[in-house]
Amino acid sequence: MDVRSGVVLDRLPLVVEKLPGGRLVTTTADFFIDWATESSVWPLTFGLACCAIEMMAAYASRFDFDRLGVIPRGTPRQADMIIVAGTVTKKMAPRIERLYHQMPDPKFVLSMGSCSNTGGPFYDSYSVVKGVDKVVPVDVYLPGCPPRPDALMYAVLKIQEKIKKMSIKDRLPQTQVAIEAMKQAGAV
Amino acid sequence: MLTQYASVLIFLAFGLAFTVGTLVAAFLVRRYRPSLLKYTTYECGEVPVGQSWVQFNLRFYVYALLFLVFDVEVAFIIPWAVVFKELGLFAFVEMMIFIGILILGLAYAWRKGALEWT
Repeated sequence: MDVRSGVVLDRLPLVVEKLPGGRLVTTTADFFIDWATESSVWPLTFGLACCAIEMMAAYASRFDFDRLGVIPRGTPRQADMIIVAGTVTKKMAPRIERLYHQMPDPKFVLSMGSCSNTGGPFYDSYSVVKGVDKVVPVDVYLPGCPPRPDALMYAVLKIQEKIKKMSIKDRLPQTQVAIEAMKQAGAV
Repeated sequence: MLTQYASVLIFLAFGLAFTVGTLVAAFLVRRYRPSLLKYTTYECGEVPVGQSWVQFNLRFYVYALLFLVFDVEVAFIIPWAVVFKELGLFAFVEMMIFIGILILGLAYAWRKGALEWT
């Protein structure tokens, strides 16, 4: 086991849950960590087509995305969420995949609009990917062509609901999977 | 006298404790989820090409220097133009002398062949 993966919080459930009443410690830690995560879902500044205009309107003052803790970031290193706002072409798909993998965990994907959900009106096109879920795992699908900013806010609320269900108990297995993948790639 | 510096010491201690404490707390609660792509350079989703260490042509230096001349000229002329009417003739003559000196410099550089690329 890698030394760097010995982060205290990941191992906390292993020790604490054996003690009587230890679940209380885990769930309390979950509550605060999930609260911090859901209150700062920073999306990557990323727009592909006309849905991005609605996304920009959501960032601006009338809808004020900031009050949900959604502050756009200019680099995937600081981002928690990627809003795929628009048509995913076959040329763009590998870029999206790369950006997604450059983001730190935990990361969420919001597929915004019919185009990124299924290909939408361009389903028959030779150059359009039939849904961004062919490239990256999607957390929330938001229908609409394009969806209104309030619909986008609702989708972010859905992601926050998902974050509320996250637990530190799942962390260690996920870390082990990531390290195993690194070892297979010959990086460790 | 010396005790007055105690507040500085306290500030220093708090600052240090805050910095170290934040880093330690971040280490304890962070997720460690390594992957190869997280170590790559961010180039807007593109695969980076070549090195970030790029050599520029030396001839750009002369152009940059000449640009600086006009840059400073604009920085002086715009405030002068805003209050042009109040300042009157004296400021006008003075500005003409200033521009004249700069034109002299440009003419010198032109004569020396600074504007030619080859």
